[in-house]
Amino acid sequence: MIEPRILRILKDIVGKENVSADRADLICYSYDATQQQFLPDVVVHPGSAHEISLILKMANSEKIPVFPRGAGSGFTGGSLPISGGIVLVTRRMEQILRIDEDNLVAVVEPGVVTEVLQQAVEKVGLFYPPDPASLKFSTLGGNVAECAGGPRCVKYGVTKDYILGLEVVTPQGDIIKTGGETMKGVVGYDLTKLMVGSEGTLGIITKIIIKLLPLPEAKKTMLVLFDSIDGAAKGVSAIIRGKIIPTTLEFMDATTIDCVRKATNLDLPAAAKALLIIEVDGDADLIERQAARIQEIVAPLGVVATRIAATAAESDEIWKVRRSVSASLRKVNPDKFNEDICVPRSKVPEMIRTIEGIAARHQVPIVNFGHAGDGNIHVNVMIDRAVSGEMEKAEMAIEEIFGATLKLGGTMSGEHGVGITKAPYIPMELDPAAVAYMKTIKAALDPNNILNPGKIFLADQN
Amino acid sequence: MSKHKKLKDYEEQIKQCVKCGACQAHCPVFGEEKKESVVARGKIALADALLKDDVELDERFMADMSKCLLCGSCFDKCPNLVPTDEIVMAARREIAARKGLTTLGKGIGTVLGHPALMDFLVKGGKTFSSLLFKKVPEGSGLRLRFPVPYIASDRTLPEISEIPFRQRHPAFIPGEEGKPTVAFFTGCMINYAYAEIGEALLAILKFMGIGVHIPSGQGCCGLPALSAGDGKTVEELAERNLEAFAPIAAERIVTACASCNHGIDKLYQGLGPGHDALAERVEDILVFLVKEGLPEKLAALPKQEKRTRVTYHDPCHLRTQGITKEPRALLKALPSVDFVEMEGADRCCGLGGTYSVYHYQTSKKIGGRKATGIEKSGAELVASACPGCMMQLQDTINHAGLPQRTIHVLQLIARDLPPYAG
Ligand SMILES: Cc1cc2nc3c(=O)[nH]c(=O)nc-3n(C[C@H](O)[C@H](O)[C@H](O)COP(=O)(O)OP(=O)(O)OC[C@H]3O[C@@H](n4cnc5c(N)ncnc54)[C@H](O)[C@@H]3O)c2cc1C
Ligand code: SF4
Ligand code: SF4
Repeated sequence: MIEPRILRILKDIVGKENVSADRADLICYSYDATQQQFLPDVVVHPGSAHEISLILKMANSEKIPVFPRGAGSGFTGGSLPISGGIVLVTRRMEQILRIDEDNLVAVVEPGVVTEVLQQAVEKVGLFYPPDPASLKFSTLGGNVAECAGGPRCVKYGVTKDYILGLEVVTPQGDIIKTGGETMKGVVGYDLTKLMVGSEGTLGIITKIIIKLLPLPEAKKTMLVLFDSIDGAAKGVSAIIRGKIIPTTLEFMDATTIDCVRKATNLDLPAAAKALLIIEVDGDADLIERQAARIQEIVAPLGVVATRIAATAAESDEIWKVRRSVSASLRKVNPDKFNEDICVPRSKVPEMIRTIEGIAARHQVPIVNFGHAGDGNIHVNVMIDRAVSGEMEKAEMAIEEIFGATLKLGGTMSGEHGVGITKAPYIPMELDPAAVAYMKTIKAALDPNNILNPGKIFLADQN
Repeated sequence: MSKHKKLKDYEEQIKQCVKCGACQAHCPVFGEEKKESVVARGKIALADALLKDDVELDERFMADMSKCLLCGSCFDKCPNLVPTDEIVMAARREIAARKGLTTLGKGIGTVLGHPALMDFLVKGGKTFSSLLFKKVPEGSGLRLRFPVPYIASDRTLPEISEIPFRQRHPAFIPGEEGKPTVAFFTGCMINYAYAEIGEALLAILKFMGIGVHIPSGQGCCGLPALSAGDGKTVEELAERNLEAFAPIAAERIVTACASCNHGIDKLYQGLGPGHDALAERVEDILVFLVKEGLPEKLAALPKQEKRTRVTYHDPCHLRTQGITKEPRALLKALPSVDFVEMEGADRCCGLGGTYSVYHYQTSKKIGGRKATGIEKSGAELVASACPGCMMQLQDTINHAGLPQRTIHVLQLIARDLPPYAG
């Protein structure tokens, strides 16, 4: 229960229509895509950095936790109010403040939906490459806080590669600027990089300065079906060794193809045990040559069939294969645990084989697909929670998968962050000194631990 | 005992929502309000909470559930196919069951449930509305004053027909030997406000030699009552329509209103075997005409010199059934029409039954988003296949001060038919 006094202060700051302690709102801001539920005490919808600063000043002196939230599409529970307190929603701050065509820079508020920015800059011939699969609904603030990635990052990198500077409200309520609008800048510590991927634990992002690129003239999509996962994986390394960096290199394993085949009428021959969706972009004649080269490179690797899109509609048809995955998985089992491990590119086949072994040993279906180009595998452990013992099986499988990932020189999360769901596993990946170093930073910047407490690190972990 | 499913019957579907948030990109109401309680994910969470007694069925809950157009956009794009529209309707029935109908809901039930009363009111409305409407020049986009309870004062409405459509025609118009015969479910909008759509339909059927039954005993499909949570009136109307149509031998019952089509096709299912059979027979007229080969016949007509640029708006109630190609095929085949796609053709017009009555200002904003697409298309006419959408789109166009008119695909077809022997 929130004290009426606090409620009054919040209403004074943001206006009473932007504060709610109604049970209905508490319920509506109690979840994200992790499907776990924690009720906040109050939900606020601030409209400016100034308002956020006042909220944080109050919260800091009253020691009330504040949980920043964008679209609530996070997969690791980053925005969940695990200890009650204030959920602070950035949706009202959704202005694209500026698109600077001379300097290829955009300045936006944190509540702007990723695709909205993409479309706005593409209208003037510019390009914002990061494209998480949630781009139609996730916010740029959330993308920056999680350092979101997507299929295009093989060639273009992830969110952090496009953030030049930020405006941030500190846990104490100061408004600071990090970085700036120049392509270079080395004055002082790089606070921009510190903030990107900090999962809302170090400050609230209120303005984002974004680097843009010229929009590539054209793109070409191809679908290559292989008779084995090794063929597909070797294809990935061979293409890159051939000095072609495609925009996208997505792969699907045999189980995933099976799911899609069952759920749709897309033409995927039975012999196909793995597939790659490859997209190249650039000048129109260049991409023709690249597509031809790629075909030559993969030809000896057990190719079952190749489809090259000639029109946008055909390209869309190919992407439909990838888009159907999510929905088709439900046919395997109702509940899925989606992990986003990342291994060095060349280790993808070994990792998949290891996961297949784990799946067989624990007798849980595991479906793998993802961004082969950067070794980011979406491992989906499919269970039916209602069946007793399944949950435990899934947990054991996941822990083993993380172990195997780290052994191959990989990481537990390529894009979804740690939040609460991966916090227990942190000691597997980071050594105690590194964790202590990170915690020192958090403690120094947020001595009262009011900003998104309980995320990334478990309270009793060192 | 209500035959409709209860909210409790949707427990499984509610569980199917994985809270991914994808519906945020597609829900028109969320697009305006940006509050989690109005998006599909939020409504599902609230419905779930109600089932668990975790939230009270109070004013606030009712308001949240009222903020749904039942457009199905969320369902269409939901990776898990969670039928939010059905869950919301079940929640509304739950509200009505526990709290009674709202004044508007009661009004709808009273009027729709009693066709004689409807005829009477509409007649009154005619004298009343013609008084008002005549003062407004066509296409002026002027705001009309229409001081009727629940109807916003700045909404433009279609003129009421002098004589309702069904009263103008016999119950059966024979076709040619060997050709199929259909039954026509007119729906309220066509019967009372857009009789010209019905006339166009008859002209087309006549051109094709197809006979048509227009049973006089039919009534409203029930969708407005359903939208208000009034399951009882829906059941009464379903009964009435079953009585009117069951004895008619025609294999197909055609509709020219997307909402009626959806209303009967989807909502009568499960009410009983007779209702299921009735729902099975219902088909949108455009789908029927395409199956009967009308596009080929139209394409064979000589191209006309004077041509109209026409675009098309997808009614949600056809789009969610996957009926998007048929209207376009017909429009493209027309000898006097240049068809152009508009941006956001599949976006809801913002009407949503009782939604636009309760939340006219937001409904207007949602509709307003269609204006850019309409304007940019450069079309003179915006065709659709739902009189409800036509009304709302015309209102949008008027408010935006655009020159376009809305028209039913059937009217465009009828306009291009050669004079038939008859
Ligand atoms: C279907 C689906 C597909 C997805 N695909 C991808 C993908 O391809 N790649 C990928 O990387 N992720 C993906 N995600 C995960 C998720 O969309 C991303 O993590 C996204 O960046 C979250 O954005 P959001 O606005 O929803 O943030 P939220 O979930 O609301 O919050 C995420 C984190 O950011 C913090 N935060 C939000 N706004 C601010 C702010 N202004 N200042 C400081 N902290 C803030 C929150 O506290 C929280 O820790 C996917 C999710 C779904 C449901
Ligand atoms: S309704 Fe569908 S799209 Fe919306 S959150 Fe639930 S599962 Fe996702
Ligand atoms: S039916 Fe339409 S208005 Fe209702 S929740 Fe779904 S998308 Fe939103």
